Amino acid sequence: MNNRLKVLRAERNWSQGDLADRLGVSRQSVNAIETGRYDPSLPLAFKIAELFALPIETIFVSPSEETAQ
Amino acid sequence: MARSPATCRYDIRIIALSATYGVLLIGATWLFKHHQVTGPLAWVVAILPALPIVGMFAAIGVYLVEETDEYVRVLMVRQTLWASGFALSIATVWGFLESFGLVGHVAPYCVVILWYAGLGLGGLANGLMTLRRGA
Repeated sequence: MNNRLKVLRAERNWSQGDLADRLGVSRQSVNAIETGRYDPSLPLAFKIAELFALPIETIFVSPSEETAQ
Repeated sequence: MARSPATCRYDIRIIALSATYGVLLIGATWLFKHHQVTGPLAWVVAILPALPIVGMFAAIGVYLVEETDEYVRVLMVRQTLWASGFALSIATVWGFLESFGLVGHVAPYCVVILWYAGLGLGGLANGLMTLRRGA
């Protein structure tokens, strides 16, 4: 699933490690989510959305929208 | 990469179980070699070295429960699936070859060695997947 995590992180000058610490996950996890290798669970997606104070759908691109494009 | 607390606890459990396995295997082998055990006690002593190995499987289960990083947990689940598929496939093929008298008998506990080899393959597969998808 595509997402804007890398952009949002860069806007705040956070490294992957910084974001991982804020989310309470490993840097490996942040990397996997950013590169689309892993789709986070709903609780983790909500946690990410709350951290950036944004709705989930502005961070993660819906797979159905990706197909439509 | 920093290891999670769950990983550290898993490592400690595996080290302790490995050491226990070594001690029990040496002890059991010595007792049987010197004909020190017979009857029901022989059964108990023969089973003892197997228990830490069973404990290692339990340790993996406990690790999966304790690991709070969901992505790392998924990686470990993938690894165990690789391990199970690899060990069971080879054991099945070997079983048929053995049934038709083409190969010699191998003790069933050797499947554990295959399983751990499969765990290594699973780790390799995880690593390759990370490289392929451009980490």
